[in-house]
Amino acid sequence: MTDSQAQSTPAMPSRFMGLLRGIALMRESWFGMFGAALVLFWVIMAIIAPLLPLYDPLQSFTTLEPIGTEAFDGSGTHWLGTDNRGRDVLSRVIWGSQRVLIWASIAIVCAYIVGVTMGVIAGYLGGWIDDIVSFAANVLISFPVLVLYVLIIAFLGASGVNIVIAVTFTTAPIVMRIVRGLIMDLRTRDYVAAAQTRGESAWYIMFVELLPNARGPLIVDLCLRFGYTVVAIATLSFLGLGLPPPDPDWGLMIREAVPLGTYAGHVMLVPALALSTLILGFNMMADGLREISLRD
Amino acid sequence: MLMFVTRRLIQMILIMITVSVILFTIFEFNKMSVAGQVLGPYTTTEQREIWLERQGFMEPPVGRYFEWVGNVFRGDFGQSIQLRVPVSEVLWDRLRMTGILGFWLFAFLIPLSLLFGVLAGIKEGSFRDRAISTTAVATTSVPEFASATFLTAIFVFWLGWLPGTSGMHGGFDPLQLVLPILVLLLYGGGYVIRMTRASMAEVMSSQYIRTAILKGMPYRRVIMRHALRNALIAPFTVIMLQLNYLLSGVIVVEVFFAYRGFGSLLLDAALFGDIFVIQACTLIAVFIAVLSYFLSDIGYMLLNPRIRVS
Repeated sequence: MTDSQAQSTPAMPSRFMGLLRGIALMRESWFGMFGAALVLFWVIMAIIAPLLPLYDPLQSFTTLEPIGTEAFDGSGTHWLGTDNRGRDVLSRVIWGSQRVLIWASIAIVCAYIVGVTMGVIAGYLGGWIDDIVSFAANVLISFPVLVLYVLIIAFLGASGVNIVIAVTFTTAPIVMRIVRGLIMDLRTRDYVAAAQTRGESAWYIMFVELLPNARGPLIVDLCLRFGYTVVAIATLSFLGLGLPPPDPDWGLMIREAVPLGTYAGHVMLVPALALSTLILGFNMMADGLREISLRD
Repeated sequence: MLMFVTRRLIQMILIMITVSVILFTIFEFNKMSVAGQVLGPYTTTEQREIWLERQGFMEPPVGRYFEWVGNVFRGDFGQSIQLRVPVSEVLWDRLRMTGILGFWLFAFLIPLSLLFGVLAGIKEGSFRDRAISTTAVATTSVPEFASATFLTAIFVFWLGWLPGTSGMHGGFDPLQLVLPILVLLLYGGGYVIRMTRASMAEVMSSQYIRTAILKGMPYRRVIMRHALRNALIAPFTVIMLQLNYLLSGVIVVEVFFAYRGFGSLLLDAALFGDIFVIQACTLIAVFIAVLSYFLSDIGYMLLNPRIRVS
């Protein structure tokens, strides 16, 4: 016990330094920096949405004017116009970022907890446990992703919790496979043998010795998965299987705005643009991180 | 080699069995509501039970599972609740429509993405590489329904060149295929380009390419004879796996453009709760996906001599 304490105390500042070094390295990849800036923009928007002088995203400003025209006359107070129910588009897009980021975070955390646990167990213990876990993952992976989402939501119903479940079912197997591979590579290292000789329990070795050493590739993957999850949540909303209305939701906004496209095209372009920039941010960030991790 | 193929084949069959058992179990738990859907919402529990009895759904599940699997092999997926016709009547027609979409997608995707991927990978870090890679990341980052929105805004509302829906109500119209294919091409193509580029870049930095250049071989010949052969092995796998992606992508694209294919059939069934259609669509989707994994593994082995020997 004293041993591990002695080790972890000086590890604190070095970990902090590692983080600083990571940020400094990030600057070397303009690609990654640009992605991080895009993601950061939407995260900040999501956080400060309640503080901004926006219209209530749920309030309907019905006028006799055709939808969206206010955006073009310049004098209008709705900068990006209003949608099919007369709700302010700008306000809904900004509030929508909060909704999608919160649900994606919850879903990705659940998927990672399940996936990492399964992967570490399967990778370290091996044998029949590995066979069962790997087969279950293979079955889930052989479903085309969206088919599995649609299937799960169709039978469980559309709600926030069920979306988290669906994301866990589709994402955890992939995370599990990555972690399993990393752990199988790491478990032959000397420090594992040392821990085994010390008589540490299997749980201790799995989650304290092995897992922290597998985090590098996982961070890159997390970035990508986060992007995929945002896409999945928005796609489900677009298909009418997502979070229930009326709260602002990018996928639902596009779904509702497409029929109005002929006379108010921008109403569907705004959420599409918001979604695309956020995903682009995640993908570029993941690319930048990968580039950096390959360099050293 | 034979060992490997047999093992993959067994795994494939096991996965199909598991998926079919899952789908059968889902039906077992939803039997009563299925009866309610068929007979109408105001029927009593007894009436529903009588219907289930008459349909033979009250027999022991194990026997019925095998009967169901046998029917599936004969192409009989049961009766659609929503459309009131045998599932097989709509299914094959819808699959054919998606097949047309898939055929033209691959006809453009394979040559275009291999060409751009190789062009980018020849000289890593060059301006051309940066330009192609960045564009590829951008196109894969835009979700299908967002790119469908952008393309519709440009080609339908702004330029007025293309029809905005692809329902094909007035007979087959190739013009209506353009937008759905373009959307799928942007998303899938970007991914294949990046994979081809990575593979090409790896080959170009290898020892034997350096040797070939140093011994004075013409650059064009180095690329054509040495690099391409090895660089195109990995993209083959990726292209096969695009088949799997296509099954997800078509759901969004077909719904957006009201194309009457497999994806929109599945979504309609899911929204309505039409269980027999869902079962049929899922089985076919998983079968195609598993088959594409299998073929990509086999193809990769046949193409790559280094793996074949060991």
